[in-house]
Amino acid sequence: MKILTGNDLRSGAVTWWNGAGWSLFVDDAVDVGEEAEEILAREEAARRVNVPYAIEATIDAAGHVRPAHIKDRVRALGPTVRRDLAVPTADKTGWDWVI
Amino acid sequence: MGNARDLGTSPDEVQFRFRDDEPVDHAAVTVDSCCDQTNATAVRIEPGDDARVLLPFLDRLALVEVNFPVFGDGRGYSSARILREAGYAGELRAVGAVLIDQLSHMRRCGFDSFAPDKRLDEEDAARAFATWENVYQRAADRRATIADKRHEA
Amino acid sequence: MYRYDSYDQAMVDARVEEFRDQARRRLEGKLTEDQFKPLRLMNGLYLQLHAYMLRVAIPYGTLDSRQMEMLADIAEKYDRGYGHFTTRQNIQYNWIKLEDCADALADLATVEMHAIQTSGNCIRNISSDHFAGAAADEVVDPRPYAELMRQWSSFHPEFTYLPRKFKIAVIASEKDRAAMRLHDIGVRIVKRDGEVGAQFYAGGGMGRTPMIAPLIRDFVPIDQFITYAEAALRVYNRYGRRDNKYKARIKILVHELGAAEYIRQVEEEFAHMLSVGVEPPREELARIAAHFADPAFVDGAKTLDRSDPDFALWVDRNTHRHKHDAYVSAVISLKPAGGIPGDATSEQMRIVARLAREYSFDELRVMHTQNLLLPHVRIADLHAVWTALDEAGLGAPNMDTIEDIIACPGLDYCSLANARSIPLAQRISERFAQTGRTEVVGELKLKISGCINACGHHHAGHIGILGVDKKGVENYQLSLGGSEAEDVSLAKITGPGFDEDGVIAAVEKVTDVYLAARSDGERFLDTYRRIGMEPFKEALYG
Repeated sequence: MKILTGNDLRSGAVTWWNGAGWSLFVDDAVDVGEEAEEILAREEAARRVNVPYAIEATIDAAGHVRPAHIKDRVRALGPTVRRDLAVPTADKTGWDWVI
Repeated sequence: MGNARDLGTSPDEVQFRFRDDEPVDHAAVTVDSCCDQTNATAVRIEPGDDARVLLPFLDRLALVEVNFPVFGDGRGYSSARILREAGYAGELRAVGAVLIDQLSHMRRCGFDSFAPDKRLDEEDAARAFATWENVYQRAADRRATIADKRHEA
Repeated sequence: MYRYDSYDQAMVDARVEEFRDQARRRLEGKLTEDQFKPLRLMNGLYLQLHAYMLRVAIPYGTLDSRQMEMLADIAEKYDRGYGHFTTRQNIQYNWIKLEDCADALADLATVEMHAIQTSGNCIRNISSDHFAGAAADEVVDPRPYAELMRQWSSFHPEFTYLPRKFKIAVIASEKDRAAMRLHDIGVRIVKRDGEVGAQFYAGGGMGRTPMIAPLIRDFVPIDQFITYAEAALRVYNRYGRRDNKYKARIKILVHELGAAEYIRQVEEEFAHMLSVGVEPPREELARIAAHFADPAFVDGAKTLDRSDPDFALWVDRNTHRHKHDAYVSAVISLKPAGGIPGDATSEQMRIVARLAREYSFDELRVMHTQNLLLPHVRIADLHAVWTALDEAGLGAPNMDTIEDIIACPGLDYCSLANARSIPLAQRISERFAQTGRTEVVGELKLKISGCINACGHHHAGHIGILGVDKKGVENYQLSLGGSEAEDVSLAKITGPGFDEDGVIAAVEKVTDVYLAARSDGERFLDTYRRIGMEPFKEALYG
């Protein structure tokens, strides 16, 4: 699937497009298909997100969204060396797939 | 558009001007043409041009435009200072991608008129020109530096 | 150390307000991200993987306890309770909000600190010898010259949109503890017949095309110091490449023109600049230098009680000879085995600040090795200092050993990185500490970068590791034989890369080769230089 991610303009936090707005949780990301460019342009122009981009991802049986590239997997969870600072998520298996 | 130009900006495109004389109102020529033509009084410097080739012609020049096709290309700042260091006293106009946050440095390098591609917010620009009450370096604006002031007799 | 007068303070305050206004215009949509990015970068604000990152300047690595305490406060108030000390003697915070940034800068300004030009295509924070003002072997204290350059380079109207970033280091001894020749401009302050002057090197750097800077002028009279720098920068600003950001550093210009032609152009510009008159008045250097007068050293014990072996080991490893024989400079390791190189918590920063106040004339240094330093500690106070450091987890006796790893933030934090650096540093330091091999191996500088930009100085490591992206998987290239010191050299790649486990095993293998081949007193680097790459290759790939 194709999902959208960026950073919040004010806070810098990593965000994911959930179909209606920008969520802090990767599992909220939705498949945007052909609409990627249109949403990106609109949302960036409205400054609801900063430097957003589209990426490939998959969704597993438990509903966890897994970005394809290692960089976005690290962004989804937080620094692997400071797991105490991770994005709060119910996904306890996240660290198993990040690298 | 009766006075369509091949090159250069017209006086009505100038948003900020720190001179009292009448602005030149005819097209500028390229640096190459300026060196060939003995009567050109306005010239436009591109980032890759060597401003020093103009030095023999400074007496007849009344307007030098320095073009900034992109704001991140800083060669125009050196071109401006080089002309002022050589004694050029005519109008030195920054044109192109001239933005709020470049104004104060451009002024210090000797620019005394500004024709931005897109008109700038007047209030933001006024604040930008006034950013530095004092300065660390000697530059084309000949302001006394902080070090000069520290050691004034 | 240097103190702001009302002029310096006004400049920094004005910059805070200018940035506040820039951030406002960005948030209001008057600036696009493309327009704002160079502006925020020139104030040290990056957008990294997880958040904005703010890099705060620590000019030539010198700060006092009040400043260190403010750094601790900033970490707690605007970040997540820690900071990361960098190879350019700065500190960076990983979780700053754009909307808070101007407030953080305003707080910093109250203690004469700022983030000016810690990024962007401009002249960056000037770095220097971390032992400046304390080292027994320096000609003069290099910091007044660095401070003169700091003021000259701050908001320089002509050199704010250079082709690329520009890093300057200033040292004043034969020994090079600042990687001087791996800078865009390296300056060594020298004395000739009693006259102080500056030796200039230009066109060094790491990154994707590492180069060692050639000498471009052997002696610039000190009252022409800034004028010469101005000439060197102007030639670069005019003729440095702007068509390809990977070829835009001054090293490429010097390389493509040839050093002789670059020198000719700089000399021509220098002669012109002398006629223009850009040098600050002579009295200014004297004014600055007065701030760096020696503190009131007192005579005292020159020897210490070495009966505690842990203390004795720390003294041997982490202290450096001082110009006054009753003092030493004491390195505070930010490299606990298994820890994150260069990270310090707010609590640790406050402990270090207190120690500086009590034991080091209120002075601290940040080292380019991502450690901290108490520059002037009485030998009689060393045991008390060590005890306090050890309790705070800051007493690792590992300066210049394989545990003293330089590592960039890598893919854990950095948006440019291709691979993680920190986990490698953690595993290697832990492994060597556990097996007791750190001591056996002795001086060995290991440096890790998570991408080709080489922030982890891997080209200059006795052992260097470069993380690359191999079809979406982290892969690590090993290199050997680099040095950032006076015996400067660039490391050479051993061969095909390794995965994470593989590169850690490879590091152990090359140290095996060294231990088997070394003769008396040889460091790893010396052995490598004597026996060459082949025995190491054989062990790794044979």
